[in-house]
Amino acid sequence: MEGMDEITDKKDNTSNPFQLYMPLLPKSECQVGEFLVDENGRKLRLNFAHGTTTLGFKFKGGVIMAVDSRATSGQYIGSQNVKKIIEINPYLLGTMAGGAADCTYWERVLARECRLYELRNRERISVAAASKLLANMVYQYKGYGLSMGVMISGWDKKGPGLYYVDSDGNRMAGNVFSVGSGSINAYGVMDTGYSWDLTDTQARELGRKAIYHATHRDAYSGGIVRVYQITKEGWTKISEEDSKNLHYQYEEEKKKKKPTTTSS
Amino acid sequence: MSILHYNGGCVVAMKGKNCVAVATDLRFGVQGQTIATDFERVFELGPHLYIGLPGLATDTQTVYQRLQFRIKMYEMREGRKLKPQTLMAMVQNLLYERRFGPYFVEPVIAGLNATTKEPYICALDLIGCATEPADFVVSGTCSESLYGMCETTWREDMEPDDLFECISQSLVNAFDRDALSGWGAVVHVIEHDKVTTRYLKCRQD
Repeated sequence: MEGMDEITDKKDNTSNPFQLYMPLLPKSECQVGEFLVDENGRKLRLNFAHGTTTLGFKFKGGVIMAVDSRATSGQYIGSQNVKKIIEINPYLLGTMAGGAADCTYWERVLARECRLYELRNRERISVAAASKLLANMVYQYKGYGLSMGVMISGWDKKGPGLYYVDSDGNRMAGNVFSVGSGSINAYGVMDTGYSWDLTDTQARELGRKAIYHATHRDAYSGGIVRVYQITKEGWTKISEEDSKNLHYQYEEEKKKKKPTTTSS
Repeated sequence: MSILHYNGGCVVAMKGKNCVAVATDLRFGVQGQTIATDFERVFELGPHLYIGLPGLATDTQTVYQRLQFRIKMYEMREGRKLKPQTLMAMVQNLLYERRFGPYFVEPVIAGLNATTKEPYICALDLIGCATEPADFVVSGTCSESLYGMCETTWREDMEPDDLFECISQSLVNAFDRDALSGWGAVVHVIEHDKVTTRYLKCRQD
């Protein structure tokens, strides 16, 4: 093992994920996004996957989480099949909005911390505790330009849990959240259809529909609409549908409904 | 973001064998928000003459209206239809008039010469500098992707059906990589005896 120590750089983050290299500048000058400048001297958007729509809501049947799958850098679409729901463990899900690298990295560290908690305490971590671990981790880097707006959801002793955590240090529990550039559109659909007493099918359809409408109206959201549900048995993947198919499917349904609404 | 990208949208035109095609997307947005998906920015200016005006939507409409006025004046004065090259000169003139406060449109012209049946395409920048290539022209928010698609799919002397396939694939695959354009497309294939207009089924996100 002594040999290993000589080979591995003790300053890197392979043994301790909190050990990140810090810029050699005072904190006030460390907004990472400000350093990158393109050939015209314009500030370069560093955050891949900045445009996003994610949503989560609690109801009597558990928690629904739904997301789009588009990653943009500026107006360019980098990918149409990003996985924006991160499976932390069989009982915990995290969503991704903001910097893709920030979200994947810190939610992976969170997964490690949650596993360590299980091993130390011989019981699963609560959603409240898990979300607080993440909030505390990102708060340590406040002012260094982390960009993330995530929802942590799961099922614990208290039942379904849903928290919103962001890189400014906010952490709050709630029944309905939506995060990202398309969140305005998603909220619009969700608020019209939401009720605690939704059935499983209704709730899944509401989540799917809200994300679809956001992909349609928001240029920076799109691709595949993924829906997950959390029950006391843990999370299950409900559906992954291309928003193009959903559009024409919803259009057909609208056409079928029309004659009955006009005649009545 | 430049004002040219404020509303989104793109246009492409291609030469074929005794035919030309011009195609555009249908999005009208305000930055990230999609307002309408039936906004046509390619206009018929004569029996075999089309112009695409991608850029700032308000200027798309203004330039189209002012152009219509000038064309009507020309046709009354001269007593004949105008040639594609004449339209190009007219657009140049119209745009350069606003050299120090330009219209934010980068027009694309596609047409057939009424007498010689010669295919014609050209693109202009926002103050009226024209280029008249032998193959294709692109303009709008996803012009880089359009160049990539056109460079690889375009072939010399395509028949109208092949030209339609080529321009449609180029346009749709280019704007599927662009957040600010898409939401439907129109393709006009111009032949000396007819013009075929088709609306394409596209992604709506």
